[in-house]
Amino acid sequence: MMPLTILTTCFNWTAAALRLPLFPEQASANAPNVDALYFFMLAVCGGVSIAIVLLIFYFAVKYRRRTPDQLAEEAHVPVALEWAWIIIPSLFFMSFFGWGAFLYFADAKAPKDALEIACTGRQWMWKFQHPDGQREINMLHIPVGKPVKLVMVSEDVIHSMFVPAFRIHMDVIPKRYTEVWFEATKPGTYHMFCSQYCGTEHANMIGSVVALEPHEYQTWLNGAATGSLALRGEALFNKLACNGCHTGDAEARGPYLPGLYGRNVQLTTGEVIVADENYIRESILKPGVKIAAGYDNIMPGYDGQLTEEQIIELVAYIKHLGKKYEQFEPVAPPTAPAPRPAGQNPDQTLPTGNVKPSMTPGTSPPATTAPAGAVPTPPPASEGTRPKPN
Amino acid sequence: MIEENVSLPRIHYLNSHYGWKSWLFTTDHKRIGLLYMVSITLMFFLGGFFALLIRLELLTPQADMFTADTYNKFFTLHGVILIFFFLVPSIPATLGNFLIPLMIGAKDVAFPRLNLLSWYIFVIGSLFTLWVVAVGGIDTGWTFYTPYSTTFANTHVIAATLGVFFTGFSSILTGLNFIVTIHKMRAPGLTWFRLPLFIWSLYATSIIQVLATPVLGITMVLIAAERFAKVGIFDPALGGDPVLFQHMFWFYSHPAVYIMILPSLGVVSELISAFTWKRVFGYKFVAVSSLMIAIFSFIVWGHHMYVSSMSIYAGMLFSILSYLVAVPSAVKVFNWTATLYKGSVSYDTPMLYALGFIGLFTIGGLTGLFLASMGLDRHLHDTYFVIAHFHLIMVGGAVMGYFGGLHYWWPKMFGRMYPEWWGRLSALIVFVGFNLSFFPQFIIGYLGMPRRYHVYAPEFQVLNVMSTAGSSILGVGYLLPLVYFIWSLRYGKVASNPWRAKGLEWETTSPPPPENFLEQPIVTEEAYNYPTRPAQPGKQTGKLTGGLNPPASPTATATGTGREAEVV
Ligand code: HEM
Ligand SMILES: [Cu+2]
Repeated sequence: MMPLTILTTCFNWTAAALRLPLFPEQASANAPNVDALYFFMLAVCGGVSIAIVLLIFYFAVKYRRRTPDQLAEEAHVPVALEWAWIIIPSLFFMSFFGWGAFLYFADAKAPKDALEIACTGRQWMWKFQHPDGQREINMLHIPVGKPVKLVMVSEDVIHSMFVPAFRIHMDVIPKRYTEVWFEATKPGTYHMFCSQYCGTEHANMIGSVVALEPHEYQTWLNGAATGSLALRGEALFNKLACNGCHTGDAEARGPYLPGLYGRNVQLTTGEVIVADENYIRESILKPGVKIAAGYDNIMPGYDGQLTEEQIIELVAYIKHLGKKYEQFEPVAPPTAPAPRPAGQNPDQTLPTGNVKPSMTPGTSPPATTAPAGAVPTPPPASEGTRPKPN
Repeated sequence: MIEENVSLPRIHYLNSHYGWKSWLFTTDHKRIGLLYMVSITLMFFLGGFFALLIRLELLTPQADMFTADTYNKFFTLHGVILIFFFLVPSIPATLGNFLIPLMIGAKDVAFPRLNLLSWYIFVIGSLFTLWVVAVGGIDTGWTFYTPYSTTFANTHVIAATLGVFFTGFSSILTGLNFIVTIHKMRAPGLTWFRLPLFIWSLYATSIIQVLATPVLGITMVLIAAERFAKVGIFDPALGGDPVLFQHMFWFYSHPAVYIMILPSLGVVSELISAFTWKRVFGYKFVAVSSLMIAIFSFIVWGHHMYVSSMSIYAGMLFSILSYLVAVPSAVKVFNWTATLYKGSVSYDTPMLYALGFIGLFTIGGLTGLFLASMGLDRHLHDTYFVIAHFHLIMVGGAVMGYFGGLHYWWPKMFGRMYPEWWGRLSALIVFVGFNLSFFPQFIIGYLGMPRRYHVYAPEFQVLNVMSTAGSSILGVGYLLPLVYFIWSLRYGKVASNPWRAKGLEWETTSPPPPENFLEQPIVTEEAYNYPTRPAQPGKQTGKLTGGLNPPASPTATATGTGREAEVV
């Protein structure tokens, strides 16, 4: 990346000399890659335009009409030259395409260990929910040096998440999750814009991304903790009586949910799809659209009854079902202990109220004792322990 | 250069009939061309007025002239008016209407009454839209993205979309008329590869107009239906898909940008040839590339949607196709440059506009390459970089071409010249103003300023001030021609073919008689058959007779070999 550094430096010097901003800050792992392509194309395209302008000037002067009757000269341009100016630009175009597609492709999927933050756009603000439940508006605190993935949805019109310093951009669409991820490389405060026109106050739908050193982020988290997303989702799950059908029993009327996220699901139509966020979301709101094989279309749809934030919580809960125990350890204990599932393998049980805040990630949590009344179910051969909410 | 001793023909299309009825009920394609010219000029200055208001507001980072709501209405009207009521009809409806029959040696277009109807539809559509402006405007942006436009905007969306819907018919009918005319009414001997390049480009444009505009019409009706009757097509709250709208919208609007630019490419080919007295280099390629661009333009719409949750693979396909469509455009630029080589280049106003066009089109096209790259568009999408890109191409490119064409064919239309010095000055001012307006916007865009913001972060200000300064200069550059063109109608020097250009349209008198040619012309040579001198300088082998002296009567040159240059 030597040439790039030199170019960036030149740009910044020019900018300082002219007292003009020419170039946005590079604050993400992705930014230097995008800028490298930008400079490459700038060099090629700049070179070509200058060449064309010079050539036109040269011809314009050399072949100017000197007498009113001067005719054009017979000219011969070799065919090879014609082919050259078709093929050479095409090769450059393909290099632009290839490089651009590669960049996009390489960054399309967030790394598995990315910190997931839920983002809701609405006229005219950005709302964020951290996995441990901290919420903020028009401000997003993130740790430096860790991939962060925003899972985004809109409550009304289409918005677009744009952080110039990170060179990322993604539309935020009503009733459909989209995601974007980045890894901040230096602490600082950066612009966050909505770039899709979304109505009167569009220009004020702005905010800041505050990138903090990891320990500062931790401090910030501790200051703003309000209970994990998955926990709030679990409470909702029970309140809405989802647990009435999704019991995990052999005769349960709804499919088994732990471990569902990311798995292939066979539908009644025979089609096999991946259970991603959008599938889970759709199954909550309009369960009749895609029915898992072996089940009847009996689930009521919750469309119109939940806010986007509640849906996010439910999806977070379902995603976290069957995940490794330590990954969703809450920073602060939730206020009311939720009904707790039981099982022999603690790694596959739900996060519950009696998890000790002091527990550190990585250590296997101690087996919890099932509360009275909870019936331990033996693990089915393939699926591990079934949680049994009451 | 101005010809000596020319006089206006006694009877021509302008004075053959009198009274307002003879204009409003005319079926003469030349008069209809002028009717269009008057109406779109009004729309041009109205849309331009909104542009200046927008730029004035952006002089400072705060909102100090208009409220957010007013600003949003202004940029919407600016876009709707200039795109649908100026850029789309500009060259085809004015120059195209006027020139197609003249350039192919026909008496009129194939369906003269349909032609008049198109103009009426256009006027009704514009009046409808002006009415929307008067009663309170619309604030969706010219892209009408859903579900904002269907559910959330509380402005006059239904009326505005119906206005656009109406105008679409005008576009379709004009395209249809041109296709039939070019197929059926060419003069004897005028084969496809003898056609002027302007005709080729209008033919390609017409194909797009006929095939793409209906999709826009349907989309506009669906928006109106969804707002009015709450059918769930685009609004997810009603079970619709908001991204579907973008697919439908860009399926029209991407090809539409080529409706705006292809005719300009044709005009520039004519100008370059006429002011170098040379055949356009690689004539066949330039001709066929217009068609290729038209066809490819239908399958690249997805490059507007890289960040709209479209699949990566679809994105890659759209990306590579976008680069393919850029190849013919790039090669055209090389061909024009090569045409200058060993030409006899003169610098009259139209040529200055044409050269300015090449500059702006090249920058505009090359910056399109940045946007077509998925990795870069993820940063640039919906920023000022996009604004700068499409203004260079469409306003820079299309309007430079339109102005160049107007200056070139002005003496053909009215038999009089505008003051040459003022013409050159206007070309220069437009070019300088243009670059000053839009070049800073590329930088603002890369810095990250999103489009459609009426307030912005203070660090973007310096560049915004430059841009606003440029747009005032540009405004002057656009107003100048309006003044001297009107002046020239009465006081301009009489001229018939001041450029000594070739082409059937110059074979008849200026202004032409009502029936274009007094006798059916017969074509025996390809377009741009200018005589040349051999490679060693000094010796001239040919003599350009073309329009040096105005034809005594149109019949004299309109017959067969009369068009042949006298080769010594
Ligand atoms: C020939 C002339 C061209 C015209 C008239 C033209 C016109 C336009 C217009 C009007 C827009 C903006 C639409 C909007 O969002 O409001 C646009 C955007 C775009 N153009 Fe062009 N363009 C041309 C050439 C090119 C070329 C050669 C390429 C690529 C190779 C290209 C790639 C793009 C892309 C990718 C966008 C979308 C950018 C975004 O929304 O992020 N254009 N163009
Ligand atoms: Cu927004």
